[in-house]
Amino acid sequence: MTVLQIVFLVTGLVTLLAGVMVVASPKLVHAALWLIVSLAGVAVLFVLLNANFLAVVQVVVYIGAIAILVIFAVMLTRRVMADSGPTHNPTWWLALLSALVLFGGLLALITQLPAFGATEAALPAADSLTDLGTSLVDVNRYLLPFEVASVLLLAALIGAMAVARPASEDEEGGA
Amino acid sequence: MIPLSWYLILSALLFCIGVFGVLARRNAVGILMGIELMLNAVNLNLVAFWRYLTPGMIGGQVFTLIVFAVAASEAAVGLALIISIYRRRSTVVADEINLMKW
Repeated sequence: MTVLQIVFLVTGLVTLLAGVMVVASPKLVHAALWLIVSLAGVAVLFVLLNANFLAVVQVVVYIGAIAILVIFAVMLTRRVMADSGPTHNPTWWLALLSALVLFGGLLALITQLPAFGATEAALPAADSLTDLGTSLVDVNRYLLPFEVASVLLLAALIGAMAVARPASEDEEGGA
Repeated sequence: MIPLSWYLILSALLFCIGVFGVLARRNAVGILMGIELMLNAVNLNLVAFWRYLTPGMIGGQVFTLIVFAVAASEAAVGLALIISIYRRRSTVVADEINLMKW
């Protein structure tokens, strides 16, 4: 067992345990904090996979933006969920059953993959980050998805502001 | 060396945890957290396939970046919807948001 394998196993275990706490924790703020642990574990796994830029993006976008947004949403919608009442559906065992069945199906699928036991391929000599950067602005490669993503983000920005605004204008003093 | 199968099994487990969260949580914010876990599992899968099968093609990383962008917009719009619903109906429990349910 090499050092990398031990690092993978420890990180994977932490990620999974934090994920279980995200879905099982009775307090939603705790669940959001566990979500940060789980996302950080995935960032470490990205580093193990030699995707350093994606690991940084994971920390900046997921931990820095999405997790904070979730915590804000939990705090803004606190009055009714004042840690009373059940946090899970009464049929949660059905959800557990479906998740287990789905895992069984996924396992049966991925064990049939020809690449299931593949070991790491050699990285190309060229820097993959430079390649990633140029491919995003190359008309013949990934310029179109890049531009579509930017328009999507703009639309989401405007949409989120329009949706979250108070219903009538005089609630905000005619703003 | 870590075989590809470890990553695939880990991301399958993470995805199923997310599915359980989406199905079992009553709070809409909790459901969104489950969706984030599922998207992370998908990202892990994409990057693992890129690293093990086609490290010369950058497409796997570009795909992951697009998923990041979609996840960010989904979280922003979803949480804005939840806050808007909370403001009008004073609830974030998915069962009680039943205006358009039969």
